[in-house]
This record gives sequence, structure tokens and C-alpha cells, in this order.
Amino acid sequence: MSRALSLLAALGRSVMAFLAAVGRVTIFAAQAISHIFRPPFYPKELGQALLSVGYFSLPVVGLTAFFTGGALALQIYSGGARFNAEAVVPRIVAVGMVRELGPVLVGLMIAARVTSSIAAEIATMKVTEQIDALVTLSTHPMKYLTAPRVLAGLIAVPVLVGIGDVIGVMGGYMVSTGRLDFNPATYLQNTVDFIEAQDVASSLVKGAVFGFLAALMGCFYGMHSGRGAQGVGRATKASVVAAAVLILAANYLLTELFFSA
Amino acid sequence: MIGLRDIHKAFGPKKVLQGIDLTVPKGESMVIIGGSGTGKSVLLKCILGLVVPDGGTITLDGQDTAQAERDAFLARFGMLFQGGALFDSLPVWQNVAFRLLRGSLRKPAAEAREIAISKLRRVGLKAETADLYPAELSGGMQKRVGLARAIAAEPEIIFFDEPTTGLDPIMAGVINDLIREIVVEMGATAMTITHDMSSVRAIADRVAMLHDGTIRWTGPVSGMSESGDPYLDQFIHGRAEGPIEAVR
Ligand SMILES: Nc1ncnc2c1ncn2[C@@H]1O[C@H](COP(=O)(O)OP(=O)(O)OP(=O)(O)O)[C@@H](O)[C@H]1O
Ligand SMILES: [Mg+2]
Repeated sequence: MSRALSLLAALGRSVMAFLAAVGRVTIFAAQAISHIFRPPFYPKELGQALLSVGYFSLPVVGLTAFFTGGALALQIYSGGARFNAEAVVPRIVAVGMVRELGPVLVGLMIAARVTSSIAAEIATMKVTEQIDALVTLSTHPMKYLTAPRVLAGLIAVPVLVGIGDVIGVMGGYMVSTGRLDFNPATYLQNTVDFIEAQDVASSLVKGAVFGFLAALMGCFYGMHSGRGAQGVGRATKASVVAAAVLILAANYLLTELFFSA
Repeated sequence: MIGLRDIHKAFGPKKVLQGIDLTVPKGESMVIIGGSGTGKSVLLKCILGLVVPDGGTITLDGQDTAQAERDAFLARFGMLFQGGALFDSLPVWQNVAFRLLRGSLRKPAAEAREIAISKLRRVGLKAETADLYPAELSGGMQKRVGLARAIAAEPEIIFFDEPTTGLDPIMAGVINDLIREIVVEMGATAMTITHDMSSVRAIADRVAMLHDGTIRWTGPVSGMSESGDPYLDQFIHGRAEGPIEAVR
């Protein structure tokens, strides 16, 4: 009896802890958003964040999308669709990349590349009292550190996703025309005919949401880092895991929203 | 004037501050001494609101700091952190001129840089240091850059957390003189934490000794040697034997 009760209590505690964490993240997100709109603004910090989130992620995003698009084309071709391959391969590559793989893969790459670096940077600043120093210099850490990064995620990641979509489709095109003897003109025609505005819109919206989540998790775990090098390590790990899981969960919800009739 | 009344602070089960009462008159230099880990740094952070005390009130010129408007309140302060706390993504001069490059005190970049270089010179650093990054400096140089940053906007109240730790004796003398000058010339109020007794004598108008979470002794620097307090005596003479346990 008492064993069952203590088990129940442990369960209750972890549920409460989970809810408390959700609450903290939500409050943090609301603060981050509100600081984006309230002056003072830090355009230089935003510029730097845009560079590191957007521009420097281009190689990773391009390579990921290219290989995935190519592999996708091979898979679909070999997967028993040979009788109507000319039409099926370009369509599935296009829809698969734009609706799902483009945003999700870019999102996960951003979680790996950007979330981790934001978390490690901010956590180190916290551990070495740089965040305290910011406060004493009349600069709000949420405004100076979080707002530019979150805004950069919100702006840059949809662009990256758009680029990733295009490169992914190109990857499929190159494999199909180079290796599988597809007619280039027909392939492109089939791609363009099949993609709808809604596909592209959902892709970009997903990108914006994922970018927001990735930057937010980096900032959140960085700001709440424990002490010492171990604290920084834990914060970084937790931020990447949280960002990746949230991105995948959000992807499901957004797909429901866009495509369940 | 800074007034502390019955300040308490614990981290988990560890009680650090257990009822601090202290008054720092305007324009005076107060030096805080006390064993390592007694909560001196925490005390300064409580005043700035970086650490929220569990109990007690802190007043600045009679006004409760918990109710003060944060920006205006912080604009009156400068702080040198024990570890320097320089922003390692910014070059030295932008660290020093941080306040002058943004916010209400914003100045043109060239002017801010000039001020930064003049402050660097005051802490004994050459103009060439200005374009280096904090990671390229020695520990003592980082400390001095932190000091230059704390005084750059000429605040009314300045906190120095171990300003001379890690400096050679000559540089320590330069910094002691600088702190004295800032108090005398600019009329600033200073609170300095130090373990260096020659610094105490050079900087202090008044001294407060922190022990066991309370102010064990406070008085003018001249009264320090005849205090008759065994704790203070042991501390200033650096004796291993006495009422203060060596293992804490
Ligand atoms: N953020 C924190 N979380 C938990 N404990 C803390 C925190 N900050 C300080 N402490 C604890 O409070 C105590 C006092 O720390 P503080 O840094 O004020 O010491 P100090 O008097 O400045 O010592 P030193 O002369 O060595 O700098 C220490 O035992 C420290 O472990
Ligand atoms: Mg200290």
C-alpha cells in the first residue's frame, strides 16, 4: 500500500516538475517575444545573430538537403514505382522535401548547430558572471542576448528552409536525370505542376516556428545554466535535446493544422 | 548613503548572510574584509539586486531599493567583479565603453573609444590593449580592464570586488591610489572587498569585518588596530590561532 502510494507520489512529483518546466519555458518565451518589440533595440547583435544562425548554416543546410533529396529519389524509384516513375518520383520528392523533410531536417540541423552554440555561449556568460555584469551596465540580458537570437531564428530559418527545399528538389532532379535516365524537362514540369502554394507556405511557417524554438531553447537553457563547466555542459545537452523534441512535436502539430482536411 | 538592515541570504541549507546591518555614508570609502567564503561578494550582489536577499531591507538615500526604478538605480552604480566578468565577444575598448555605446549615455563611437583609452591608461594599461580581446590578456590585465569598465561612466557608487588580487605590488599600489582618487576627486561612494591589509589602509575610511554571516566589527580604519576584538585582531595579523577556525 505504502509502496504504491510512494510510487504515486513520485509520479505526481515528476508530473508537477514537468508542468513547472513548461510554465517556466512559456513565461520565458513570452518575455523573449515582448522584448523583441520594446526598445532599446540592438541592431548590431541582431546582425551578428542573423549571420551565425542564417549565413553560416548555409553549407550544412545545403549538404543535408542535397543528399536527402537524392536519396529520396533513389528510394522512390527502387520502391516499386517503376511503371509510372516519370511522374511519381518528381512528385514525391517535391512534396516530401517541401512539406516534411526540408523543414524538419533544417530544424534539426539548426538545433544541432545553433541551439548548442547559443546555449554554450550564454551559459558560459552566466557562469563567468558576464550576465550579472550586463545587468550592472544597465543592459537587460533578455533584450541584449535573447531577443536578437530569437528574432534571428524566426527570420533566418524560414529562409534556410526555403533554400533547403530548393536544393533538396535539385538533389532529386540531379540523381533522377543523371543516374536514372529521367527526362530533365519532364521532371521539372512534374515538380512545378505538383507543388502548391500551401505546400510552400507550410514549409516556411514550419521553418519560422522551428527557428524560434531552436533559438529559444538555446537561450532558455543558457540563462538557467548551473555553475561551472559541468553546468555549461548540462545546459548545452539539455537545450539540444529539448529543441529537437519540440521541433518534431511542433512538426506533427503543424502538419495536422495544414494538411488534415 | 547605503543602508543595510537585517539582510539574510541562504543558498539551500547554507546560511551565508544572517542579519547584516551596515551603513555606508555618501562619499566614503568602505572596505569589507572577512574570511574566504563568508559572503562578501554575495553582499555586494544583494545591494545591486543580482542576488535577491531572503529577508531585510536595503536602502539607497533612504529609498527602498526593491521599489526603485531599476534602470535609474543601476545607472548610479559601477561594479568590478571578482572574476573580471569581461565580455569575451567584445574587444577591450568596447568592454570599457560598454555603457557609452548604448542606452541613455550613448556617445559617438570615436568619443567613446577615446574615453575608454583614457580610462585604460588610468588603470595602467597602454592604448594598444584597447583592440585586444579579453582572452588575450593576463589575469591581472583583465582585472584592470574590469576596473576601467566599472569607472568608465563615472558612477556615484562603485563596488570593487578584490581589485588588487592577482596584481604585482606596484600595480596594486597604482590601483589603491586610483580608488582613493576616485573617492576624493569624484566624491564617489566606494565599497571595496579586499584581503590585502596594505590596501585596506590605503583605501579605507571605514572598515567592516564580515564573520559568520554578520558584521563582526565596523569602525574607522584608524580604530582597527585598537579594536580589542579578537576576531579582527586574528584576521588583520593573519594568525592561524584564534577564535576564527582555519577550516570553514
Ligand atoms: N549562486 C550561488 N549558489 C550557491 N551558493 C552560492 C552562490 N553564490 C555564492 N554561494 C556561496 O555563498 C558563500 C559565500 O560566497 P561569496 O562569493 O560571497 O564569498 P566571498 O566572501 O566573496 O569569498 P572570497 O573572499 O573567496 O571571494 C560561499 O560558500 C558560496 O559557495
Ligand atoms: Mg568574493
